[in-house]
Amino acid sequence: MQQLLLGLSIGSIYALFAIGFTLVFGVLDRLNLAHPSVFAVSAFIGIELVEVAGLSIWLTLPIVAAVGGVLGVVIERVAFRPLKNRPDAHFAGLISSIALAGMFIALLQWRYGPNTRRFPAESFPTTTYSILGAQVTVLQVAILLISVLLMVALTLLVARSRLGRGMRAIAENPTAAKVLGINVDRVTVTTFAISSALGAVAGALFAMNVNSAQLGMGTAIELKGLAVIIVGGMGSLPGALVGGLLLGLAEVFAVQYVGSSWRDLVAFGLLFLILLVRPQGLFGARKVREV
Amino acid sequence: MRTSLFTMSAAAGALALTLTACGSDGGSDGSNAALVGEGSGDSCVIDAEVPVGAALSLTGAAASYGESQRNGLELAAKELNAKDGVTYDLTVEDDQTDPKQGISVFEGFVNDGASVIIGPTLSNTAFQAQPIAQEESVPVLAISNTADGITEQGDYIFRDSLTESQVIPQTVTTAIEEYDLEDVVVMYSNDDAFTESGYEVMSSALEDSDTEVTDTLTFSTTDTDFRALLTEAKTSNPDAIFVSGLIEAAIPLVTQARELGIDVPIIGGNGFNNPQLMADAGEAAEGVVVGAAWNSASDNPQNADFLEAYEKEYDSQPDQFAAQAYTGMMLIDSAVRSGCSAERDAIKEGLGSISEVESVLGTISINEDRDAEHEAVVQVVKDGEFTVLK
Repeated sequence: MQQLLLGLSIGSIYALFAIGFTLVFGVLDRLNLAHPSVFAVSAFIGIELVEVAGLSIWLTLPIVAAVGGVLGVVIERVAFRPLKNRPDAHFAGLISSIALAGMFIALLQWRYGPNTRRFPAESFPTTTYSILGAQVTVLQVAILLISVLLMVALTLLVARSRLGRGMRAIAENPTAAKVLGINVDRVTVTTFAISSALGAVAGALFAMNVNSAQLGMGTAIELKGLAVIIVGGMGSLPGALVGGLLLGLAEVFAVQYVGSSWRDLVAFGLLFLILLVRPQGLFGARKVREV
Repeated sequence: MRTSLFTMSAAAGALALTLTACGSDGGSDGSNAALVGEGSGDSCVIDAEVPVGAALSLTGAAASYGESQRNGLELAAKELNAKDGVTYDLTVEDDQTDPKQGISVFEGFVNDGASVIIGPTLSNTAFQAQPIAQEESVPVLAISNTADGITEQGDYIFRDSLTESQVIPQTVTTAIEEYDLEDVVVMYSNDDAFTESGYEVMSSALEDSDTEVTDTLTFSTTDTDFRALLTEAKTSNPDAIFVSGLIEAAIPLVTQARELGIDVPIIGGNGFNNPQLMADAGEAAEGVVVGAAWNSASDNPQNADFLEAYEKEYDSQPDQFAAQAYTGMMLIDSAVRSGCSAERDAIKEGLGSISEVESVLGTISINEDRDAEHEAVVQVVKDGEFTVLK
């Protein structure tokens, strides 16, 4: 029971991180590898807000999301837009986003130094509940709720809103979308902003959850985020949600039933297994060959 | 066309000139007559500045240690340079926590004529970089390497940091006696040479005792969520948890253990020995036991002065890495002064003959294996401070 709760709470953070990751991929067909650095930057900025400005956690999270949004705009403008008309835009964007991520982390180290940082102890309620013999903190419940809420909101946004229609049109065919009068540049930059805002909230929640923020925290979750979006089906939002929860649960149950040394082997082995059975991922549609 | 060709050849010429200039400058082999002084001990006077190179991990995974070490070295150099007779020209370079970079930093120091090299921060890097200095007969003082075999790399390699195998068995024995431990769980990160060797020493010390290890759990150096592991550890209801991990893991691990209601003692290796543990884990750090080469509360006069000077200079408390770095610089000074020469071989002789020198770490001697010997302490966190566990 304890492990189930742990798996759900860590899994929901993976999912939140991966959903931002997969959104850009699904809509724009670009892999934004600066996404993990947003995860780290936002955690440090969140800590700064609570520690220095004395803001409450509940006020900090929306600000962190906004900062993430701004970073998303920066990433789009600096790493992706200048390259968008090049024939190798996918690959060039991938590399330039890695470069930008390196710069973000270097700035972060310049500003905060190499030490691990954390949210001040009294900044969130430490109340612990006992559910069927398992310990669960208010924070863990909040993480689960916030993640699910954001994911539902995003799904509705994509399905119902005008912006969402624009996104879906671009995902289908960017050139046709442009012909139809959709402002592709604006939708693109908004997609990046939303994606990074989600990654930012995930970063701050992760830092709260484990009581520690490190410069390398984005790198540690990067591979897991990629695994989640592949298992879920590249570009699929519900896929990223289910994939994230699955990976979280696979990790904790691997520790319990197989052995701690085998955790990554089990978790990533599961990934191969799913891909063998369903190469397009759990929720992915088979891509029809273009041209 | 003509102009561009002209510009190009001019640029190439200028480049060639610069390269030659660098080349003729860098060929020094360290045997500089000005490095031999007159007098001895405190009255020793050396005219030239003594070049000391330090390769530290200022960026990358071990950057938090490297920064402490730089602080310790710079503080010591500043104090030494304020005294008469010998001045030190300390150059700190970043090995980026990367053995390849460590090698090139070492090569740079060797070619630039450093009298002695300090570092590098991690044992992994040390195994790669130190042989470079050994081959060129440049003495090296390791100030934080704790793995076995560091000084076996050659007769020019010394260290002032106690090894895990000197500190951990003492920690294990003291903890078992103090808390009457019967069943324990061991956790360690198995993808890092330092924590893995710490685990091996820990595990063999536990084997030698009557204490039973009910479970051994592994994690990775990049992990920060330990709840699943701790929940697993909790099922065997241990009397204590032994952990070999770095400080980055220690803080979340300790906090999460307390949150899950695990209130038994947590006994850490050298990585836990950092005041950041109490600063960041707060209440949760209470009762954590750490073996150490240095105790901030130790009351010898050198240590008291060091604590005060460090606080004044950096506005924070030193950790063991800073203390060992500071001591390293002091040992080099005492080696230089003993023969009143900063030539490479003279420093090697001097380091080898260090015996019962009073230092921040206590009374320190270098043994015939070129390893430091001084007393270790077992500490427990009490009211937010490291206190000696008796």
